[in-house]
Amino acid sequence: MRDVAIIGIGQTKVGEHWDLGLRHLALEALQAAMKDAGVERVDGLYVGNMLSGELTGQEHLGALIADFAGLRGVEAVKIEAACGSGAAALRMGYVAVAGGLADVVLVVGVEKMTDYLGPKVTAALAMAADADYEASQGVSFVALNALLMRRYMHEFGYRKEDFAPFAVNAHANGMNNPYAMFHINVTPESYARAAMIADPVNLLDSSPVCDGAAAVVLAPVELARQLPHPVVRIAASAIGTDTVAIHDRRDPLTLEGAALSVHRAYQQAGVRPEDIDLFELHDAFSIMAALSLEAAGFAEKGKGVQMALDGEITLHGRVPIATMGGLKARGHPVGATGVYQIVEVVQQLRGEAGANQVPNARIGMAQNIGGSGATVITHILERVE
Amino acid sequence: MTLAGTWRLRHQRYQLQGEICEKCGSLIFPPRDVCPECEAPAKTPYTFSGRGEVYSYTTVYHPPAGFEEDAPYTVALVRLEEGPMVTAQLTDVDADQVEIGMPVEMVTRRISAEGEEGVITYGYKFRPVLRRARE
Repeated sequence: MRDVAIIGIGQTKVGEHWDLGLRHLALEALQAAMKDAGVERVDGLYVGNMLSGELTGQEHLGALIADFAGLRGVEAVKIEAACGSGAAALRMGYVAVAGGLADVVLVVGVEKMTDYLGPKVTAALAMAADADYEASQGVSFVALNALLMRRYMHEFGYRKEDFAPFAVNAHANGMNNPYAMFHINVTPESYARAAMIADPVNLLDSSPVCDGAAAVVLAPVELARQLPHPVVRIAASAIGTDTVAIHDRRDPLTLEGAALSVHRAYQQAGVRPEDIDLFELHDAFSIMAALSLEAAGFAEKGKGVQMALDGEITLHGRVPIATMGGLKARGHPVGATGVYQIVEVVQQLRGEAGANQVPNARIGMAQNIGGSGATVITHILERVE
Repeated sequence: MTLAGTWRLRHQRYQLQGEICEKCGSLIFPPRDVCPECEAPAKTPYTFSGRGEVYSYTTVYHPPAGFEEDAPYTVALVRLEEGPMVTAQLTDVDADQVEIGMPVEMVTRRISAEGEEGVITYGYKFRPVLRRARE
């Protein structure tokens, strides 16, 4: 296997892009990434997307976006793993370059969610759950997370307001990210006042419905060394899976898929949790952030929220998370999110994160989750000296 | 859900029919044909009692398409007395009366409808276990 580097990054601002369709969003991100890498041709294009069929009436994104971007003829496919589609596409691009089947590949995550109103989008997102036994009962994705959050509070004795630090931290960091959807100040007081969506999940526990695209260019490390950017290597790439339905899990409050994924990644990279300088986790909901911290070994079971209360998740804390706003403030264009996370970790490792720079960041981890924890994809990136 | 899809699930929707693993004795719901505990084939039907307790619950104010008429409604994870967990709506109870650990039992109710003239889907919901009237 060859060592693989990320040689280019690009992203669109996350938001409600009434003026841009799916293909235009993808184009903007991938052109930015190719320009950043200084490449004009690629050997393959891997598109991460979850909902184009349901919300744009368009499947077949591989060929569509390759052609639209002036890359007609290259190998191109769409990869779907619910909200984990972006990282799944990266994983496929990584496999191609690491295995020597391609030299330079482009990975783009893209999602267009705002053309429809609430119920249609809510139903589309619920397709990540078990159609026969979860979605068929009228359970939304927010509701699934609310079921987990309420049980977590019950078992470990937390109050609703104890979850505020996740939203406060994400929005504080999002303020300095020009690509973030929200630039608003969130305080524990505004968290306490936020509208309830599915009790106990309120608006500030939840990532927004939005549009966006992010892209990266991959190449062998030897090629990356000839380019002007600091070399950022993919030290680990691992997928873990669990049951799609929460009710089928041995313990719904343990993300077994995340634990599998992250421990495979630690093993591949030869690192331990304490070596990780920052962690872009899948904070689609506050409870998911807490459960992810626990599955990754940063906190004991039931202590993920305590870790946030103790200030350990901020830019200057023990494990900085959501350093550019996370899913909560940067936004969660579902199939694009996994690639946004990678773009942001590269920014941190190159030293390009501006006011949000984690000092001396050398090893960063990104974790993208499909569904309520059924597909978990972890990447560890390392700056090569 | 299509007509054929609803028909395929009729034994689960109307009577909570799952499976029992002949090898290790595990009781399985929803049915999955392969035992999650020992990975042996498990296709012997087993009908659950329909009694259980609330493991967790929430109220849906922003429903997915197809459920708008019913909102707000309460959904729960119900731990069946035989062990497996089921995701279902609660019925015949106000949201503020629900508690974790509350005993519940299965009833058959309308789950969703495709407009005035479309197919009505029936299935399981759970309600608080009834005390005998005027005990």
